Amino acid sequence: MEKREYQKIVDRHKPTEPRLKNAFIAFVIGGMIGVLGQLLIEFYTYIFDISTKDATVFMSVTLIFVSCLFTALGFFDKWVSFGKCGFIIPITGFAHSMMSSGMEYRKEGPIYGIGSNIFKLAGSVILYGVVSAWFFGMIRYLLLGGV
Amino acid sequence: MTFNYNNVYINNYSTVVGPYEKDGPLGSKFDRYYTDLYNGEKTWEKAEVKLMQDSIDILLNKINKDKKNIDMFIAGDLLNQITSSSYAALKYEFPFLGIYAACATSVEGLILASSLIDSGKIKNSIVSVSSHNMSSEKQFRNPTEYGAPKPKTATFTATGGASCYLTSTKSKIKVESSTIGKVMDMNQTDPFNMGAVMAVAAGDTIYQHLKDKKRDASYYDLILTGDLGRYGKEILIDYLHSEYKIDISNNYDDTGTMLYDLEMQEEVMAGGSGPACTALVNYSHIFPLMERHQLKRVLIVATGALFSPTFVYQHEPINSIAHAISLEVV
Repeated sequence: MEKREYQKIVDRHKPTEPRLKNAFIAFVIGGMIGVLGQLLIEFYTYIFDISTKDATVFMSVTLIFVSCLFTALGFFDKWVSFGKCGFIIPITGFAHSMMSSGMEYRKEGPIYGIGSNIFKLAGSVILYGVVSAWFFGMIRYLLLGGV
Repeated sequence: MTFNYNNVYINNYSTVVGPYEKDGPLGSKFDRYYTDLYNGEKTWEKAEVKLMQDSIDILLNKINKDKKNIDMFIAGDLLNQITSSSYAALKYEFPFLGIYAACATSVEGLILASSLIDSGKIKNSIVSVSSHNMSSEKQFRNPTEYGAPKPKTATFTATGGASCYLTSTKSKIKVESSTIGKVMDMNQTDPFNMGAVMAVAAGDTIYQHLKDKKRDASYYDLILTGDLGRYGKEILIDYLHSEYKIDISNNYDDTGTMLYDLEMQEEVMAGGSGPACTALVNYSHIFPLMERHQLKRVLIVATGALFSPTFVYQHEPINSIAHAISLEVV
């Protein structure tokens, strides 16, 4: 049988993924994390009497800590399976990816295990984040004179 | 390539599983189960070694033989360099052959052992396989705690160890013949749709077996594939019908869909996979049915996706293979 014909059989028996439902769940969950972040900012500015800029850092640290803690306690993966990109795209997903890699490879030791593997999933985000930040920084510098 | 055997019998078998398999429809039929995926070990890898060793211990106990009386130990698993098997073998000082055919390993082992026994080179052999959901996820996919969403066609690696004891001494189940499959490529690249990768190999091996033995598919009470899963099963029926005009829809099932309750255990998606999957279902469910004469002729077609993440990232398709073994009640 031709590969193309076989592909037709495969496609015939491929279930449809509930994309709309997944997108809706991710939208709601991601939005809720955004609301939570905003509440944390309001909370920190009110309690510690600090600027919004400082409170934003506090908020990021809180969300990172909480998602790392939940990953370590072993139930955040189930939340991710349910909430999908709603949990993965915000900063919670980034923290979760590093924490889960770190936990996975801790048995191989601090160097060959955690050290070598903690950026297994997050490495691409960091690398291309830095590269694109540099490019956009240059564009901004050249076009707007660094304003 | 099809071999016929005259004096090879399946004498005994054993199974050890993890919590997901215990919760499945065959839960009560396994020899031992663990409710924890670490089963008392410190790492996933060691847990897998323990599963295989447990199954060998139980088997040696069942057949009441000392490890010195085993002529050959043939085993395989999914981990790199098939280390679960070699670490498990260390304990027993058996002459050891390590094999790899991904999820088709169990039947590859049975074929090798049968051929060696039939030729008179050895009198008996233990064939073992193991797989562990977490150690395979770690090696082939994402960290186990990551929990990335998967499509409906994804399969779930079974956690378990299974061993089978073959001899030249007569017992209830006879190994009648076997067909060794070819490596197939249908340009499938999705590691989350292994059913589509492997269905073609299963189809080709079934066709070859029936042709070599001049048999009709209805000759068998049951034709069982390894781990095609819910959608792979449909692909195989469709493929065999459109390519070879072979109809297996009445006497066909897939062990990947039998190990778990696909409706209740949603985390398994399209079904079970892994070398242990087909062995667990056969040794806990199918062989006892044969011994009770409820099934007389069974064709087991274990399917393996010869998947390497490296090759897939290098944009190579995933190859597959399937080996068949025909069993008869005597």
